[in-house]
Amino acid sequence: MDILNRELSQNIAQAQATLDAHVRDIVDWHFSPETGCPFWLEFAENLDFDPRKEIGGYADLKRLGHFQDEWLRGGPVRRWVPKAYANEPIYVFETGGSTGIPKCRINVRDFQRDYELFSQTLSDESFPPGSDFLMLGPTGPRRLRLAVEYLAQHRGGICFCVDMDPRWVNRLVRYGKHQDLDDYKNHVVAQGLNVLRAHENVQCLFTTPKLLEALCEKISLKRVGIKGIFCGGTEMDAQFHRFAREELVPGIDFVPTYGNTLMGLAACKPFDLADNYAVIYYPPQPRAVAELVNPENPDEPVDYGETGRVMLTTLTKEFFMPRFLERDEAERAKPISRYPWDGVENVRLLTELQESVVVGIY
Amino acid sequence: MTEHREIARNRTLWANTKIMIHIPLLRAGRSYKSLKNVRLSHIKTGEPFAEVSQANRGLIAKDLGEMARYQKALGNHSFEELISMCKEAARLFTTAELPLGEPIDGETQSPGAYIRHVSGTTGLPESLCSQNMRKIQTVLEEMDMVLDGLTRGLDMRIFDAGWGWGTQEGRTLVYVCETDALGAVLPSNSPGVHTLWLPAIPLKVPLVLKPGREEPWTPYRIAQAFIAAGCAPEAFSFYPTDYVGANDILYRCGRSLLFGSGSTIASWVNTPSVEIHGPGRSKIAMDGAQCARWEEYLELIVESVAKNGGRSCINASGVWVTSHGAEIAAAVAARLSSIEPKPLEHPDAQLAAWANPKAAQAISAAIDRALKTPGAMEMTTGDRIVVLDGCTFLRPTVIWCEDAEHPLANTEFPFPFVSVVEVPKASLVKSMGQTLVATAITDDVTLISEVLATPLIDRLNIGAIPTNQISWDSPHEGNLFEHLYKQRAFQYGNL
Repeated sequence: MDILNRELSQNIAQAQATLDAHVRDIVDWHFSPETGCPFWLEFAENLDFDPRKEIGGYADLKRLGHFQDEWLRGGPVRRWVPKAYANEPIYVFETGGSTGIPKCRINVRDFQRDYELFSQTLSDESFPPGSDFLMLGPTGPRRLRLAVEYLAQHRGGICFCVDMDPRWVNRLVRYGKHQDLDDYKNHVVAQGLNVLRAHENVQCLFTTPKLLEALCEKISLKRVGIKGIFCGGTEMDAQFHRFAREELVPGIDFVPTYGNTLMGLAACKPFDLADNYAVIYYPPQPRAVAELVNPENPDEPVDYGETGRVMLTTLTKEFFMPRFLERDEAERAKPISRYPWDGVENVRLLTELQESVVVGIY
Repeated sequence: MTEHREIARNRTLWANTKIMIHIPLLRAGRSYKSLKNVRLSHIKTGEPFAEVSQANRGLIAKDLGEMARYQKALGNHSFEELISMCKEAARLFTTAELPLGEPIDGETQSPGAYIRHVSGTTGLPESLCSQNMRKIQTVLEEMDMVLDGLTRGLDMRIFDAGWGWGTQEGRTLVYVCETDALGAVLPSNSPGVHTLWLPAIPLKVPLVLKPGREEPWTPYRIAQAFIAAGCAPEAFSFYPTDYVGANDILYRCGRSLLFGSGSTIASWVNTPSVEIHGPGRSKIAMDGAQCARWEEYLELIVESVAKNGGRSCINASGVWVTSHGAEIAAAVAARLSSIEPKPLEHPDAQLAAWANPKAAQAISAAIDRALKTPGAMEMTTGDRIVVLDGCTFLRPTVIWCEDAEHPLANTEFPFPFVSVVEVPKASLVKSMGQTLVATAITDDVTLISEVLATPLIDRLNIGAIPTNQISWDSPHEGNLFEHLYKQRAFQYGNL
């Protein structure tokens, strides 16, 4: 046991060192006139220090304050394009749009890299290489739509998609239009059913908790040959996780995921009954860090097992987002051997926002 | 001796918050502990008191898909068996130790503990909880009469063959059930409200109950009483859940009852499958001759306003008169002012404490704001908000309204709140508007024919009958039998 603990401690220290080195590289990249983007170069002009000299690791990011999501709402989106990528094809992805004007993030290859990493966490048995995917989730200006398609392609498959507009769903929820909401849900599910019935090689599925429930009311996913499901969204709590495994899709590999346009995709801790279905995610460190902080004082991390507000940091050459306070809360989870850094457990909407934000079927 | 031991045991339970009661879901009678819970605090101490399993939406949807099967299980009991089960459930509900919490713990709840539990999370005084328990007992014991009233004498055995085909006074009668389950999105205000869905069981329709946040106790205990009485457990589904889950129950059940007001009910208005139980705005109306004799009706008014802590939809929130308004308002205020907050366990306690003190403050502030609009005056004096024994109370409040259009003239709050409104006789009935229970104290023929004619009044009493005195065999905001069953045309010919 001691050997295991010692090994884990060493791995934690190693991961921290890797993170700190990565922070230095990324800060250097984004604040360099040769490679950086206009936003951060302009930002640096108003600082009384040179980030490239004085930020030596993750802890020093504090000196940059908190990334404000308002910066991503509107404005010339090209100010986020690093000079080094000025001639690359640029994607722009938007967030869900449930809290006003959506946030935009530019992408070059980040989404592909994130999903290549995520792909390594999937089992070949339940997500067989060469098998096709059904993406039964939000489409439109969303990263997820292209990312899932890329994941399928990366694993040698083809991705079938449906039309689904989560902002319309949010409107229906907000105005209490139950009948319309149900009609729209049926419309989305019917598209998914068509794919499942017509294409035998579809063995993998991405969907949201609500759509998974709706799909399972119509069809046995096991019978149509689905072997693996990955499923994301703030609705994913321990109770849903258990319900999915025990009753909704027993016998199918069920992989919860936590992701968003700004951070990328966090993988779930491999299933262990001892966790009592707690949904524990580990961010793809060093590309992204999820820290849990005291909502009253974001400089203060919470202890393991305690509840805190999710503070995300994205550290890629395409996008630098230091210490962004998400609208989610969670419990802080301990590092494990596979992911020797902090995780987040049972992510959900911040308690103070739970009544005001509409979370539809997305 | 046993009672003393029980009191001691409960004291220990209350003192030691580590031993928290857990109320599981009932999935067609099967106990299920969710990983998602809501904690209820004790109204006095604020300490966590009970933990209530929460149903996720998909789980409810999955179970509702099986309801036809559960309805068959319930339908296997004959009508006569079901009536005996109601009587036995009445006995068990009021006298027995019934399962509470997870079956693994073997935890049970005595009637005394039930009363303390309800009072502890809802703030209703124990004496009133006890009165409500008796109401439920009465309805269960007299279920045959209740059904006789709802069906106007239909021989309920016609449903025993599995289809409602029979004859009444020589005529063929065929009824078809409109649903395989009755959904009920329930309130926390007063346990007596649960009498409204009880007839569903002898009417052979399984129940899908979504309790109010602070009052899971009563529906759970009623279900346990029925199960212990031998009723098919499949008939009882109990899903504490959130707004989304509640909407799903209303959406999926062929027939439902929805209790609430404002935004809770707004999107379900005009949905035939959902019977809405909104604010009561119950009233007493008196015409000139009777107004002059108001002293004779003072106790009737006070009872109508204040009985059961003034929390029910059948409590009067308005006294509409054609004369002597100011005088009557002053007298009602003087009389209601004598009702002071008392500790919840006090045998004479008549006022309920607020589970959420902020709600009490908000209501009191809303009344004060509305009083700034000319045309109304508060007749009660002193502090409206009182904190006693760790609980927040609102003292009775009487408003004198000269203007029937005043914002306080036709409003309702869940405490003894009443507006005395003076209007000309010619516009009395029209200005009363939507009214759950109206007591018309009058012998004026014109007025009587007007109250009889208006569809805005649901339950009508003519004469000196308090609004809260109701006969159980009458329909209440819709007739449950008619909500669940439809009479169909039917002909049967030889082949």
